[in-house]
Amino acid sequence: MEPATHAREERAWVANLVKRVVLTAVVLAALWAFWEGYRWLWMQTGWTRPFVVDDLTMPPLADIVSRLWEPLAEGQPPLIRDLLDKSAFTAREAGFGFALGAVVGFAIGVLLHHSRLLRRGFLPYVVASQTIPILAVAPMVVIWGGSIGLPVWARVGVISAFLTFFPVTINTIKGLDSADPRALELMRSYAASPWKVLWKVKFPASLPFVFAALKVSATASVVGAIIGELPSSIQDGLGGAILNFNQYYSLDPSALWATNIVAAALGIAFFGVVVLAERLVVRTAPEHVA
Amino acid sequence: MSTVVVSAPGRTLARGVGRGIRDWVPAVVILVAILVGWQLAIEIFEIKRFLLPKPTAIAARFWEERETLWAAGWFTFQEALWGFAAGCSAAIAAALLLARFRPLGTALMPYFIAANAVPIIAFAPIAIAWFGIDKGSKVAIAAVLCFFPVLVNTLKGLTSVKPSSIELMHSYAAGELQIFRRVRIPASLPYLFSSLKVASVLAMIGAIVAEYFGGSLTSLGIQIKSASALFNFETAWAAILVACILGMAFYLAISLVERLATRWHPAARGTQ
Amino acid sequence: MSAAHTSAAAVTIGGVTKTFQKGGTTALQEIDLELQPGEFVSLIGPSGCGKSTLLRVIGDLVQPTEGTVHVGGKTAHQARLDRDYGMVFQEAVLYDWRTVAKNIALPLELAGWDRRRRAERVKEMVELVELAGFESHHPWELSGGMQMRVAIARALSFDPKLLLMDEPFGALDEMTRERLNLELLRIWEASGSTVVFVTHSITEAVFLSTRVVVMSPRPGRIAGIVEIDLPQPRSADTREEPRFFELATELRELLRGRAVNPAGEREVVR
Repeated sequence: MEPATHAREERAWVANLVKRVVLTAVVLAALWAFWEGYRWLWMQTGWTRPFVVDDLTMPPLADIVSRLWEPLAEGQPPLIRDLLDKSAFTAREAGFGFALGAVVGFAIGVLLHHSRLLRRGFLPYVVASQTIPILAVAPMVVIWGGSIGLPVWARVGVISAFLTFFPVTINTIKGLDSADPRALELMRSYAASPWKVLWKVKFPASLPFVFAALKVSATASVVGAIIGELPSSIQDGLGGAILNFNQYYSLDPSALWATNIVAAALGIAFFGVVVLAERLVVRTAPEHVA
Repeated sequence: MSTVVVSAPGRTLARGVGRGIRDWVPAVVILVAILVGWQLAIEIFEIKRFLLPKPTAIAARFWEERETLWAAGWFTFQEALWGFAAGCSAAIAAALLLARFRPLGTALMPYFIAANAVPIIAFAPIAIAWFGIDKGSKVAIAAVLCFFPVLVNTLKGLTSVKPSSIELMHSYAAGELQIFRRVRIPASLPYLFSSLKVASVLAMIGAIVAEYFGGSLTSLGIQIKSASALFNFETAWAAILVACILGMAFYLAISLVERLATRWHPAARGTQ
Repeated sequence: MSAAHTSAAAVTIGGVTKTFQKGGTTALQEIDLELQPGEFVSLIGPSGCGKSTLLRVIGDLVQPTEGTVHVGGKTAHQARLDRDYGMVFQEAVLYDWRTVAKNIALPLELAGWDRRRRAERVKEMVELVELAGFESHHPWELSGGMQMRVAIARALSFDPKLLLMDEPFGALDEMTRERLNLELLRIWEASGSTVVFVTHSITEAVFLSTRVVVMSPRPGRIAGIVEIDLPQPRSADTREEPRFFELATELRELLRGRAVNPAGEREVVR
């Protein structure tokens, strides 16, 4: 590439990044303004619909943010320290769940792609499995995991994998199905074995679909981890923090809000990692759409 | 004189039904296999009942408590349904607006995608602080859970039209509104329905998890929670069964509407 | 054919230049061209000569950087708003969710025709392109050639004064192409509109047109214009006449940058 074009491309990339940062700042500022504006208006007029607004139901954003730097209780490190530890705990569960769900989901997807009979037999139950409230099954998984010696984070990871595997399975089937019939025909003309066909043609074709599913799974893994912690009284993760601060909400509303913000950040971080990975791995032609 | 053979309408219908039934045989076989395997595994491995009660025990309890459980199920389902309706209609309206005012839509899309990545369920306690332990808080959670996926996918569908389709409309001097009505909206239906199916499951799960933080006794979430607390696992599993049946029914209802509305789509035609 | 078919439009292109900012390329440079009503004019040239761009400039889908285009006395912009022309692209661009009949009726719906009038016109068009019996089919149930016929029927449904076609038969096999060429000529004679036809194929250009405009690239301009004096109406046999070969050769030479002067000698054009 000529040096002139290269420089032009770099400048465009930097300009784009600056635009992105400025826009994010604007969006955050707009959210802050909306929050405070809503508070002010509802407290002034005393409206009770859709819900009563006071310092308890909608603490000022400044309070929520500053709460992070106040200690959890007397003489303890700041809340943010505690929340970061809990996030790391939940992140480990979610990460394990994500990996497990992705691998299992992909394996099931490959199996169901290859056998139409198995697909017709099992796909309804794969779909139905997602209607089982994992909240209800979580305690049982935690006990069973304990009985075979799994550490706590792995047990919740299994629960999280339950939410993660589904999108991956569905999209793996769709993705493997989407391979270009002409490319498959070419492989057949080379008398390529089914494994080779899978590896060289079907798998690359499925990547965009699989990554789309992984993005959904990234969020689902965090959700699954938090839900998994709730009924099992696991104190060390964000789920435990939410339960805890919920109990003391009337005394300390900002703590629960702060926890939620940290949980949101964790979800977005997981998602961001997968987006980054996708950008590195998947090379698709740019979409020409209007 | 033509010699075209026309099969009697009754026979074609029967053949179609026959083929439909045949498609479901593997699923039924698997179901029976799972249930039988489950029952046997418990007997053979002596799995403790707090891990997994026998299917027969669950079925018996399901029948005994059917009135309570179905009442609870219907209660929770209503929360999910209202939340679904509210969240999805708001999302569709927002998507139409953002597709119409393109610069705004393109600029905000990444933020909606990020919002979609937030674990909304963590806000369940706050919803209860706002709306009390009545239905309202569960509807709110279900609605927010449905909102972002439907918004992101519908917006994608509205803005993923082939440029030549738009150029064609321009050659007819069609206005933006007409382009929307005749091109973008029909083209977005497959995306919309696939996100509605996802939302239906999320709404139900969201309602149940939100109930866990505080809800009426006549709701599935509380039924499951109190049954588990009392080590009443057969009841807990029976309640789970109700949740599954309702969740599947909801999903299938949407699939049916999808099939009617998008008969023309390649996926629906079975050309894969 | 409908009794009231609108008169064909004359097209005047004056000094049209088009530069694209993105690469700074000059797609068209000072194109001057006059088309008589009812003519069938082909635009032919190698890739990058601007023929598709010129077609879109005429159709007001692309704005020229300089110069003007008038269609039937109006500006191109006004002509588009008045729906004076029909376009056919290389892809049929049919909407999957509409039947054949509804696809053809689309421009009529946009123009606000009432249901009865639409149904009548659709029936006429379906017969014109010989797709009777397929009205309730969906696009995916038709072959490529049939889809293209639907696209042509749609383009003609509101009796446009000008028909713009951008390599409509490019994606079809040779036999279907030749058959559709004949059909297009038949339709053109019946409707009487002016046609501007972009193509890659020399034989197609010679077979269909009354005049062929040869364009050359970088920058896009007109290299030459050849009158096709083959007798009308044309038939499958026309392709085998000696005059056909002569004209095809003349075009080929022009495309190579060589002209055949009146004395029959080859000379370099550029």
